[in-house]
Amino acid sequence: MRKPLFTTRQLIARLALIAAAPVALIMLFLWGGGWLDPQRLTAGKLVSVLQQAGGEHPGYRRNHAKGVCVTGRFISNGNASELSRASVFALGETPVTGRFAIAGGNPMAPDYAAPVRSLALEFKQADGAQWRTGMNAMPFFPVASVEGFYELQVATLPDPATGKPNPKKLESFVRKHPEINQFFAWAKQNVPSSSWASDRYNSLNAFRFVDDADNDHLVRWSMVPHAEFQPISEQQKNDVDFLQNDLEQRLSQGPLKWDLVVTVASAQDSGRDASKAWPANRQTINAGTLVLTEAIEQKHGPCNDINYDPLILPDGIASSDDPLLSARSAAYAKSYNLRTREQSRQAGARL
Amino acid sequence: MKQVAYFHPVLRCVHWLMATAILIMLFIGVVMVSTVSSLHHLLIAIHKPLGIMILVLVIVRLWLRFVTDTPPLPDSLPGWQRAMAHLSHWALYAMMLAQPLIGWAMLSAAGYPAALGGTLILPPIAPVDNDWYAILRPLHSVVALALFFTVMLHLAAALFHALVLRDGVFESMTGSGDDD
Repeated sequence: MRKPLFTTRQLIARLALIAAAPVALIMLFLWGGGWLDPQRLTAGKLVSVLQQAGGEHPGYRRNHAKGVCVTGRFISNGNASELSRASVFALGETPVTGRFAIAGGNPMAPDYAAPVRSLALEFKQADGAQWRTGMNAMPFFPVASVEGFYELQVATLPDPATGKPNPKKLESFVRKHPEINQFFAWAKQNVPSSSWASDRYNSLNAFRFVDDADNDHLVRWSMVPHAEFQPISEQQKNDVDFLQNDLEQRLSQGPLKWDLVVTVASAQDSGRDASKAWPANRQTINAGTLVLTEAIEQKHGPCNDINYDPLILPDGIASSDDPLLSARSAAYAKSYNLRTREQSRQAGARL
Repeated sequence: MKQVAYFHPVLRCVHWLMATAILIMLFIGVVMVSTVSSLHHLLIAIHKPLGIMILVLVIVRLWLRFVTDTPPLPDSLPGWQRAMAHLSHWALYAMMLAQPLIGWAMLSAAGYPAALGGTLILPPIAPVDNDWYAILRPLHSVVALALFFTVMLHLAAALFHALVLRDGVFESMTGSGDDD
């Protein structure tokens, strides 16, 4: 038997020291993941509140659940290539896989229930880079911050007692986030269009275009429709899928087009506040035409497995410091992970 | 085989470089998937190139491990500890190699470009496929947790050798000595 190197007390002290290092790292790891800090807003919380509002629909997106896939191409006229070196803006064409949707987490909702529609696009550049963008048919975002968005979802959840949102909760939300009044004012006078084809879709968040000389330009973008606006007809109000039916009917007659209009910020415009529209007199550049030619039912369409993460950007387009962008990216990823798993189970996974 | 007391100096250097990189990587991973702050974007931008760096380093390291002499474990070590040491080392190598590949394949299956920054984009190594993604994405988390757990065990064992056993095992990786 070897003579012990330490007394019992020394040994205990050393063992404690040995345990301290991994225990400290494990605590730090748990804290990093948000487990030790239940107050912290996480991607999981954002997704679960959306799920509470829209109901559970395994295999579907947690928001903008009802939609349809579209394919086509973007024909660039080269005008935006001075601001951005992304190859999508060089003269030429880029294939596009997109998705029209309505807001909300219920894939069975009637189309007229959601006055705000969305268009998401994936541009596949020849160099392997992609530009993904999720745009909405409203001029600005309801709130300026991630916390504001989360609190809005919580404040508008139906009260279990009445089945309706509690007006007191909404009132206290508005006091805390008064910027939403602007959005309410817009929503009040907004007349929903009769077609996805005649809506204007806006990036809402600001981004940065990076040119050949590495200069940044703060921008937002919009898809401006060629199709003429018409309000929803009485006949359409009786059709829960009128948007999809209208889209198919229009595409059977020919492609649908939008101009990609880039708005360049002035020095006084902020990239951090998506709840404020930039003044109408800002410089705009028509970068080219989006041409959509085919619609495919989403469940079997090419857009179903695409996560339209607004931070998947090619060289030449970069994130701004808008705090909503990271939150959208994190929440979309969470929703994507959940639904791809559910879809795989529903399909009886081949693997 | 030559009897050596230390790992090859380059191997020692790669070990500590990887130890730092992997710990940083595990923390980046756990924070980036949970946070909704602007850290999310920054951490994702670091995660991918750092993961590829770890993949390159582990390949270099495995090659060095096979071509250089390694110090034997001391005779004083009981058989079960010897077995644990070997098992945990090969588990660590396997996970260090598999984890970046799973991450890369997972991006491929989702149709995401494996962008390392600037114009550098890696080619896909798996088909764009929902079922593959549905397996690879949770697997990436499971391996991350298993790797973190094994690294913690490895750290505790190393400290045990350094502070209690004092049998030269810890020094074989930290020592500045050169056998040549």
